[in-house]
Amino acid sequence: MASLAATFGRGAMTNGWVDIKNADVVFVMGGNPAENHPCGFKWAIEARKARGAKIVVVDPRFTRTAAVADVYAPLRAGTDIAFLLGICRYAIENKKVHEEYVKLHTNASVLVSDKFAFDEGLFSGYDGEKRAYDKGSWAFRVDDKGMLETDPTLQNPRSVFQLLKKHVDRYTPEMVEKVCGTPKDQFLKVAEAVSSTGNAQKVGTILYALGWTQHSTGVQIIRASGILQLLLGNVGRPGGGVNALRGHSNIQGATDMGGNFDVYPGYLKAPQATMPALKDYLEANTPKALTTASMNYSQNTPKFMTSLLKALYGKAATKENDFGYGWLPKADGNYSWLFMFDDMLKGKSKRADVEEAAPEGLFAWGMNPVATGPNSKKMVAALAKLKWLVVVENSETETAGFWKAPAEYEGPEASKIPTEVYLLPAASFAEKDGTFTNSGRWVQWKWKAVDPPGKAKADQEILSRILLAVKDLYKKEGGAFPEQVLNVAWSYTNPVSPDLGEVLKEISGKALAELPDPKDKTKILKNPGQQLDGFGQLQDDGTTSCGNWIYGGAFTEAGNLTQRRLATDPMGLGAFHQWGFSWPANRRVLYNRASADADGKPWDPTRSGISWNGEKWVGDVPDIKPDSPPGTFGAFIMNPEGLGRLYAPSLADGPFPEHYEATEAATDNVLHPKVTSSPVVRVWKSDKDALGKKEDFPIVCSTYRLTEHFHFWTQHNPRLNQVQPGFFFEIPEGLAKEKGIANGQQIKVSSARGSITALAMVTKRFRPLKANGKEIWQIGLPIHWGYAGNPDHTGPLANFLTPTTGDPNTLTPEFKTFLVKVEKA
Amino acid sequence: MTANLEIVRSSASTWGGASGLRSLPVVSKYIDTSICIGCKSCEVSCAEWNDLPPVKTVQTGTYQTMPETHAAFWNLIKFREQEHEGGFAWLFRKDQCMHCSDPGCLTACPAPGAIVQYANGIVDVNADQCIGCGYCATGCPFDIPKFHEKTAKMQKCTLCVDRSRLGLEPACVKSCPSGCLHYGTKEDMLLLAAQRVAHLKKTGFAEAALYDPPGVGGTTVVTVLAFGNHPEWYGLPKDPSIPWTVKLWKNVLRPFGFIAIVGAIIGAFGHHLYHGNKGHIDPAPLDDEPPQA
Repeated sequence: MASLAATFGRGAMTNGWVDIKNADVVFVMGGNPAENHPCGFKWAIEARKARGAKIVVVDPRFTRTAAVADVYAPLRAGTDIAFLLGICRYAIENKKVHEEYVKLHTNASVLVSDKFAFDEGLFSGYDGEKRAYDKGSWAFRVDDKGMLETDPTLQNPRSVFQLLKKHVDRYTPEMVEKVCGTPKDQFLKVAEAVSSTGNAQKVGTILYALGWTQHSTGVQIIRASGILQLLLGNVGRPGGGVNALRGHSNIQGATDMGGNFDVYPGYLKAPQATMPALKDYLEANTPKALTTASMNYSQNTPKFMTSLLKALYGKAATKENDFGYGWLPKADGNYSWLFMFDDMLKGKSKRADVEEAAPEGLFAWGMNPVATGPNSKKMVAALAKLKWLVVVENSETETAGFWKAPAEYEGPEASKIPTEVYLLPAASFAEKDGTFTNSGRWVQWKWKAVDPPGKAKADQEILSRILLAVKDLYKKEGGAFPEQVLNVAWSYTNPVSPDLGEVLKEISGKALAELPDPKDKTKILKNPGQQLDGFGQLQDDGTTSCGNWIYGGAFTEAGNLTQRRLATDPMGLGAFHQWGFSWPANRRVLYNRASADADGKPWDPTRSGISWNGEKWVGDVPDIKPDSPPGTFGAFIMNPEGLGRLYAPSLADGPFPEHYEATEAATDNVLHPKVTSSPVVRVWKSDKDALGKKEDFPIVCSTYRLTEHFHFWTQHNPRLNQVQPGFFFEIPEGLAKEKGIANGQQIKVSSARGSITALAMVTKRFRPLKANGKEIWQIGLPIHWGYAGNPDHTGPLANFLTPTTGDPNTLTPEFKTFLVKVEKA
Repeated sequence: MTANLEIVRSSASTWGGASGLRSLPVVSKYIDTSICIGCKSCEVSCAEWNDLPPVKTVQTGTYQTMPETHAAFWNLIKFREQEHEGGFAWLFRKDQCMHCSDPGCLTACPAPGAIVQYANGIVDVNADQCIGCGYCATGCPFDIPKFHEKTAKMQKCTLCVDRSRLGLEPACVKSCPSGCLHYGTKEDMLLLAAQRVAHLKKTGFAEAALYDPPGVGGTTVVTVLAFGNHPEWYGLPKDPSIPWTVKLWKNVLRPFGFIAIVGAIIGAFGHHLYHGNKGHIDPAPLDDEPPQA
């Protein structure tokens, strides 16, 4: 998500599920949708059926998606950037770039500071001691008015296009073969198929998932795919885009609502200690336009933030008290949960040179960190230091029962653990109303199917009861920071168990005072208490309230739009504008201005996203001011320059992607032996953290999911246990032969963190790949099992083996490439 | 397409015969192995719809749920890793009762009315008539009929006869996310198959074919194979037919058997008249454990 935001402006799948059917090429890499998104994958099959689309799959393992692909190529795990930049180079060399699109909609023509350089695997500005970049030298050139300097011919050697061309020039097909192990002819087949869409007539989509994100270079892998799609002119068009397939039915909703540590609802940045007053926050987070043709929609941040504060604190938020901004916590460092677990383990928390006590309690709410976090032993050891732990769940998880983890987890003896554990039974998704936001940003209401069993309660009731009890305690006994808690607005009809329809109303936004019509100030647009039509009506003076600006318009005076189920589709492209509601503004394809040329004519009239009819943009809900003639604004309205970014100077690890080996590297870096792994990768160093060397652990390992199970939930389900009864390692035939292992035998797989002994599934679907002249074996193991649940179907936790290392931007752990050794048990 | 339960054929009896009045299309299930993603939703929905108790399985080193279909598991995806001249394929085929037009199980079955064929082509089992002798299995070229350990009755896919009689598709078709399963008249399914086979031939699968074997008079369940010249890669017999031993028994020997039984009864009666009662004989004790499936 961080990568998509840095490239296009919003951290979300650009298109939607149904829209995949409009593609000519479906390029699947870093994902396995046939197994993990089988219902969505039908649209890829539909594209092939309806328009003869090609399905192209690149994966270290021959997956069930590969089984139905038209083109498959293997690659060594963790070398995706080399592969993708290889395709970028192929497209540039072979004139497959959609030139008109690139000139019009990307920052190819923008000039970059002379100080920017890339040498021997390092970008300019590297500080080896801090293991971080000073990004100052990566800046764009600006004129005296603060506008970007450009060269529309793209010939200037400091133009983004020329710098990109030079950067990817090293990724020849031969180099791709050397790094990725993909035979040259197979790479070229993929490159040819994918780049066949670099023109107005064709369009291609990319589908990816955690196979890209869970690397120490995850964000940059996705950046590389964004660059490729911009070069091919595939972003903003029906059937195109970079499409992040989310692994839970509502994980998009969770990120939209500020589920991550560093963002608030609607991707507003979380306040930092350097921003004590609202003014500081708004100054830091309201960008200025960088071109004259920029809508720079983020200039509205003050309206979004003020309306959010009004939703949080209601009447207590006034202009005089900064709308309660002062009550929000301000981060003085990184509070990602991996850092917090590290703090818990060490018993202290150090940020900004201030040492504080570690957290003494934890709410694990719909989350199972022992199972989902890297290095399970460390997770168990950290929880054992807590005073209290509240787990809100459908059933007892590994986290709730961490104190009875088997001996190999090396947790303290249960009698010596001080942690008091509360397991609160929660209703499951089918036992409560509410919305799901799918990968394609469609917010869809769902109704409760059955009542929760026993004393299980819906999450909002558990949350409300805790809040109301804490409020009572503050009222009776006082305490530290009372305002934050006492001023929380909780004006639901039933405050003990708020109706989620009412909550959605609050999220969508309402007027708090009379709102005049901006077109005719004598008229009143909205009366106090009325629902707003969308985020365009939000104000920065406290006269509107909105819990999440991007969901603005989901619940209007017309009612709860997420409940709509009309299957009318006048565009004929599967947009279904009257089915549910998609953020933002019910727009189905993001950046859809880029689906049309300079005159506002669609690149392909048979697949028109939006087009200019002389008066306004028609088609999908336009991602541009509806009555602004072509040429007024750039297509990427969330970026202050209005352009898609081939060069993005905002990320922690470089403005261009570069191939680095995983933190546990199976080989040297062919491109720059002095810098093998990412120079800014996040590594934790407690006594529970350890990294392995290729000499001791020569085999590359990945974890993944299976169709038959859902994360760590379904090992209780007899039907699913039946079709996938237990844990296994998938290992290649050749490796099995070398080690004398037969299919179904027990093997011991060890990483620097620990060993698992389990059954071997010997398969032809993993092949050895020659990388850097050396044959490298790859194996894999599914997640899904653990020590909790049905005793007949418990098993090892996959993350017992995985390392505590992470992407420098998102801290996403490196589950897809780590080192192990394999022995006969 | 609302079907009916008019019986056209019935095991070990002359029962059956459609009214001859109604226009009754033969139904068909279409399986396209070339777009099956092996997700097993058909396996789960089959067990759910038919209220079949979970069968205990263990991981043995394969994605395949169990080696063969089971009396309580009628729908099994068979997985196979296949190297071939053009490269490598991971093949998934939905294994189940094929509902043959000329059903070997029905031919072999000695229990009157235990196996019937409806006018819409579905071959079904009447558990109340089944005597658990196992002869049906010898008549099936696809190795489908299985006996349940506890009930000692034969069980297999019914093509969701309870759904199809109401015009609904079978549960597996309803739940299939990839679109590789379809249900309709046999005529429509053959048309669909012809189009798909032609498409496969154009896209690199020169030997693509529809599996609708004539040796059993064609099947109600038809299967598109990308490698049509190698049905054995999918676990299908190349040219299935009813074993000659079963045909011999039914068509030649059985009439003799009938004469022999009548002769035996007459003989026994005569014996009784001649020798009188021998007194009570204890029946052999029954095993607690029914035979293994």
